[in-house]
Amino acid sequence: MTNEQLKEFILKHAGDAQVAENQQFLIATVPAASLHSLAKSLKESAETQFDYMYSLTGVDMQPALGVVYHLESTKFRHNVVLKVFTEDRVNPVLPSVTDIWRGAELQECEVFDFFGIKFQNHPDMRRIFLEDDWQGFPLRKDYKDEVNIVDLIK
Amino acid sequence: MGVEHKEYETLEQLQADMQVKGNGGFFLTTVDSLVNWGRSNSIWPLTFATSCCGIEMMAAAAARHDLARFGMEVYRASPRQADVIVVAGTIVHRMAPVLKRLYDQMSEPKYVVAMGACAVSGGPFYYNSYSVIRGVDNVIPVDVYIPGCPPRPEAFLHGMMQLQEKIKRETMGEKRVPIQII
Repeated sequence: MTNEQLKEFILKHAGDAQVAENQQFLIATVPAASLHSLAKSLKESAETQFDYMYSLTGVDMQPALGVVYHLESTKFRHNVVLKVFTEDRVNPVLPSVTDIWRGAELQECEVFDFFGIKFQNHPDMRRIFLEDDWQGFPLRKDYKDEVNIVDLIK
Repeated sequence: MGVEHKEYETLEQLQADMQVKGNGGFFLTTVDSLVNWGRSNSIWPLTFATSCCGIEMMAAAAARHDLARFGMEVYRASPRQADVIVVAGTIVHRMAPVLKRLYDQMSEPKYVVAMGACAVSGGPFYYNSYSVIRGVDNVIPVDVYIPGCPPRPEAFLHGMMQLQEKIKRETMGEKRVPIQII
């Protein structure tokens, strides 16, 4: 599928998505409510078949926290990028895509570990890199660590 | 735990030095030298590498640099069979309990070599890291420090030779008790 066709497909399945394009990828910013259904149809439709989620990344856009998904189809070799954001920094919740791509399970744990985004319907939401009693989320831009991090720029 | 840096031209010079330093009488020093000779030439390292220093350690063990010349080629996968743990790489807070446990599981006599800047002091992560331990000597006692980022295999070999020198100066009269850090 070309990017134009993918854009039509995404707008058909999630009408409230904003689709943009950069030099490499088609980027769809999707509201959290329609992310899961769009992801499911992107994977399961015969003409898209995005069966491979090769990257799941947490981002802090201040004030919004979000996740970026890079999808690829191993059959058609086309790519698409999904972005989803939440404004809530105290208790950010986004839908999990573990039931669609099993590989998302540990990557969502990682995002939870570093950004504190909780994923709904995730089978095993826990910290995987930091200790279980760790306070705070170190990759957030407003993370402060007076003891260990010396701000050399200041 | 520093031993002054000293290179020996010959084995005879080393032995002369040891005999002057010995404090256990003729029999004990003779047994000491035999035991230490055996120990220092069969230091089996534990297979433990947490980052890029491990690659240099592997290179030192491979054909070109050939760690087997010093009797150290037998990398053991079990801490119970190992004599030395080469901390080759960054130790983060999550790894520290594992490292301590591995050290505790090793049988006496046991030695620790801190290889590379990360294990010596935290290295490039010293200033801006929330997760890295600033020097492995905060977790377990270290015998030899090898600086470098990462050290060349030659530096690693030199560090291991320093460890050999250190072992050769041990005596049964003064039993080596490792520092317990809780």
